[in-house]
Amino acid sequence: MNKLKNTFYPLTAPKLFITDKLMRLLLMGAASTSVLVVCLIFLFLFKEAGPFAFKPGLGKLLDSQWIPVSFQQERFGVGSLLSGSALVTALAMLVTVPISVLVAIYIAEIARPGEREFLKPFIEILASIPSVVLGFFGLLVVAPLVKATFGLSTGLTALTGALLLSLMAIPTIISLSEDALVSVPYALKNASLALGASQLQTIFRVTLPAALPGIVAAVMLGIGRVIGETMAVLMVTGNAAILTASPLSSVRTMTATIAAEMGEVPFGSIHYQALFWIGIILLVITFALNIVAQRVLKKYGMMK
Amino acid sequence: MVEHSIYPENQEMVITTSQVNFFYGQTQALFGISLLIPAKQVTALIGPSGCGKSTFLRCLNRMNDTIPHGRVEGEIFINAKDIYAPGTDVVELRKEVGMVFQKSNPFPKSIFDNVAYGPRIHGEKNPKRLAEIVEQSLQQAAIWDEVKDRLHANAMGLSGGQQQRLCIARALAVGPKILLMDEPASALDPKATTRIEDLIGELRTNYTIVIVTHNMQQAARVSDYTAFFYEGQLIECDQTPKIFTNPRQKQTEDYITGRFG
Repeated sequence: MNKLKNTFYPLTAPKLFITDKLMRLLLMGAASTSVLVVCLIFLFLFKEAGPFAFKPGLGKLLDSQWIPVSFQQERFGVGSLLSGSALVTALAMLVTVPISVLVAIYIAEIARPGEREFLKPFIEILASIPSVVLGFFGLLVVAPLVKATFGLSTGLTALTGALLLSLMAIPTIISLSEDALVSVPYALKNASLALGASQLQTIFRVTLPAALPGIVAAVMLGIGRVIGETMAVLMVTGNAAILTASPLSSVRTMTATIAAEMGEVPFGSIHYQALFWIGIILLVITFALNIVAQRVLKKYGMMK
Repeated sequence: MVEHSIYPENQEMVITTSQVNFFYGQTQALFGISLLIPAKQVTALIGPSGCGKSTFLRCLNRMNDTIPHGRVEGEIFINAKDIYAPGTDVVELRKEVGMVFQKSNPFPKSIFDNVAYGPRIHGEKNPKRLAEIVEQSLQQAAIWDEVKDRLHANAMGLSGGQQQRLCIARALAVGPKILLMDEPASALDPKATTRIEDLIGELRTNYTIVIVTHNMQQAARVSDYTAFFYEGQLIECDQTPKIFTNPRQKQTEDYITGRFG
């Protein structure tokens, strides 16, 4: 085999081989930057946040309140921020998931080709609206609406933030769920139809269950996006770091806290380190969500 | 033209098609197919790839409805009802006319749920009755003994031949009178194929079967009547032994003897 190969190998081969190798190295370098960047981010986060673990100690993060600047006693309980993020995210998913899945079903299974071509660009545009712009929209439209609807003193609530975040998560979840639905083999749909099932029965009893892993992964990626979102929530959730489960109360998320306080915090102070810890917690959450989502997608063979 | 002479005098006909054309957009795939399908007999549709035999089969339970820009012309009567008449209940039609596909396509559910799927969507909720239907269907499809101890295992774990028999059981569970089979054994090994062929032999006592097959020996083995399709036309239909020994048309003879296709 080897001998044959040598005999017939073109004469220009060595030169080609070197450029090939160079090119390969170049591309590999480019590809590994992302790995490097992730590692560096982790490294620096821990470097900046690190001292907090020794003094005053990680236990401080479990405090019940977040009062980072105080004349008596500074308190760094991330619980209220975590709950703010969780509340906003959960509300957002409550709104987003049913809408997105229904829209995905419509686009993937029911819409005529023309309708599909018409709808999809709009969903993609929705995905590309900058979050600050959505924040404006939230302040000017959604917040007054929430205020008027529920008779509140302020419209800057967890619900307002959740509604805006839904707008951001919907496109992601729609397009990933649609991919999952479309990838369900025609053979299964045909089998169902041939047994006399209606189109809706086929969708809800065969297609949707078969696409469920993909949809679950889509939702998890959507949660990852929502929990990490900063600008819009900073603008419309009212920025009150309180522990609450009420959708109509003002809350403050982890991301909003970092964004709001990072500009004024003394470099290297305990408060500064506490903010980095919030960053670490956020990173771990989104990282975990992404990994789980990828696993689910891979396991059911839906990775592109 | 349909020639009644090939059937015994008292033979009941379940399906009557006359002048059926089918179009995929601008492309015509079937040209004036007029064919009778006799009750409780096996009719094989043979012909080279792309001759329209599968398309024709799918016209019989209106599975072609889902094809974008597909269009049917002509008349198809099943049990004296025009199945393309406006207001036809496709659900009822497909309950009456079951279908088995080329590639086995069990749902990613348990064996039990696969077979119970049809009865359930048609409103059967009684668990006892469902269990009866499932057992009866699996027995008819000659797979009961192999799966009776693992009815709640996932159907995807069965072998290819078992999956195909499960699909037959699933089709039988809705109580059809007619069974359409689209090359049901073409993806199976010879042993599994034999089982399917034996099964067809058993089913023909209770069901009218229309089977599309690529395999002429299979058509010769399992069918009572054979229809030869070529380029979207029905060239001839006759009793199977006659088609294979003494066809009337030159084209049929050429195909049978392997001169093309």
